[in-house]
Amino acid sequence: MSELKYLVFLGCVIPYRLASYEISARKVLKKLDVELVEMPEFNCCGFPMDPINHDLMLTLAARNLCLAEKQNLDILTLCNGCFSILNETNKVLAEDKDVREKINGHLSEIGMEFKGTIKVKHLVHVLVEDVGFEKIKDAVKKPLANLRVAQHGGCHIVRPAKHVNHGDDPENPTMLKNLIRLTGAECLDYMDETECCGNPIIGVNEEVPFQMAREKLEHVRAVKAQALITVCPFCHMMYDLNQPRIERAFNEKFGIPVLHYTQLLGLAMGFTPEQLLLNQLRVKPTELVSQIQQ
Amino acid sequence: MSETREYVPNVIKAEEMDPKFKYEISKLPGAEKLMLCFQCGTCTADCPISRFNDFYRPRKIARMVQLGLKDRLLSDDALWLCSTCFTCVDHCPQGVEIAGIVRVLRNLTVKERAVMPLVSKELASNILKAGYVYEFPESRLKRREMRGLPPLPKPNLEDVKKIFELTGSSEMLEKAKTFEKVKS
Repeated sequence: MSELKYLVFLGCVIPYRLASYEISARKVLKKLDVELVEMPEFNCCGFPMDPINHDLMLTLAARNLCLAEKQNLDILTLCNGCFSILNETNKVLAEDKDVREKINGHLSEIGMEFKGTIKVKHLVHVLVEDVGFEKIKDAVKKPLANLRVAQHGGCHIVRPAKHVNHGDDPENPTMLKNLIRLTGAECLDYMDETECCGNPIIGVNEEVPFQMAREKLEHVRAVKAQALITVCPFCHMMYDLNQPRIERAFNEKFGIPVLHYTQLLGLAMGFTPEQLLLNQLRVKPTELVSQIQQ
Repeated sequence: MSETREYVPNVIKAEEMDPKFKYEISKLPGAEKLMLCFQCGTCTADCPISRFNDFYRPRKIARMVQLGLKDRLLSDDALWLCSTCFTCVDHCPQGVEIAGIVRVLRNLTVKERAVMPLVSKELASNILKAGYVYEFPESRLKRREMRGLPPLPKPNLEDVKKIFELTGSSEMLEKAKTFEKVKS
């Protein structure tokens, strides 16, 4: 049996705000015999610095890649933003000699060198490509029959296609949908599934992302989904943490619980809602939990 | 939405156009294919941000760069409304990376006009202080421990500071004025 072992890159947002994602992810990955090695050192992936200085982003990201290369381990991220930046940097530095030389020039000043020997994967890619459906199906002990959910995978695990290259169709992504179906839950289609959550610009403008999120929640409500499933801390915060504010801004009532995929899978594996920190969600999944416990 | 933007005259004067600008921009990573844009408008039609405001129009940005309207571009804060969803990049029939062009223009605004969003400056200063975009209070680290989570990996602040200096970012941050919000 192949041993799956990754360097886990938590990023900043998950340990700061979303223990529910980290804890549920660690639990389900352990059940699936995936070994997580902690980063020996850490700095921000670089994502928030790309708008102000592309080279700063590349160098911050490359430093993390060098740390992973030293351990000779592929990186597993739980965050779409971290995945996007680390993966893009990994590809660009490997393929573009000029950029690589420039960034390696910076890295040599801190005693590092990018070699391009590891891969960067998001949790979804690891589950689909490395763990495999069979193994996940075997780990599902309490199938979530009769549960109807919708998914929002987020942009950066499928776009831009030229960098991501994990085989999922950016126009009609199915990886997360298939992962949801393994839990026994029904995964509903809805309008504009691939639409961005808008969170990256919330620091400079709230009106636009709020309208985008409102529309998303309307479409999810229209198909009567009992929950929205995400795999990114930014998307999650947009729809869960901000949902009450969106409701107030538009005089609406959604009440749609937003679960991390790892919480959904964890429930299907037989973990309790308490173990998976479902009580930490802003929109309380009360109905969903009582339906599961029946 | 409720606030109105400043009126910018639509008539373009010849002296506003910098004919070299498009070549300078095309040299930068992400903007190489700028001149292939033939203004079909797919990027704008499919842009989720454009749907909800009247100012951010990726097609217009691409054309303005081709025309060399540098001043207008770098002084327009609509540039900061792109959420980097990369729909435009995937959908462009000419393979132009519109989001890459926007990023190049943002970088140029910071470098040449010494202005950036307040949030960017705050995040940068947090990264310099903590390695993470947040400064973790002791209580949060304690809570991690109580939940049985492994300790967070330590930052190497010396390296981080050096990276900021090597990439010219420390100087940019020092000089940059900030703006808080972009109206839409």
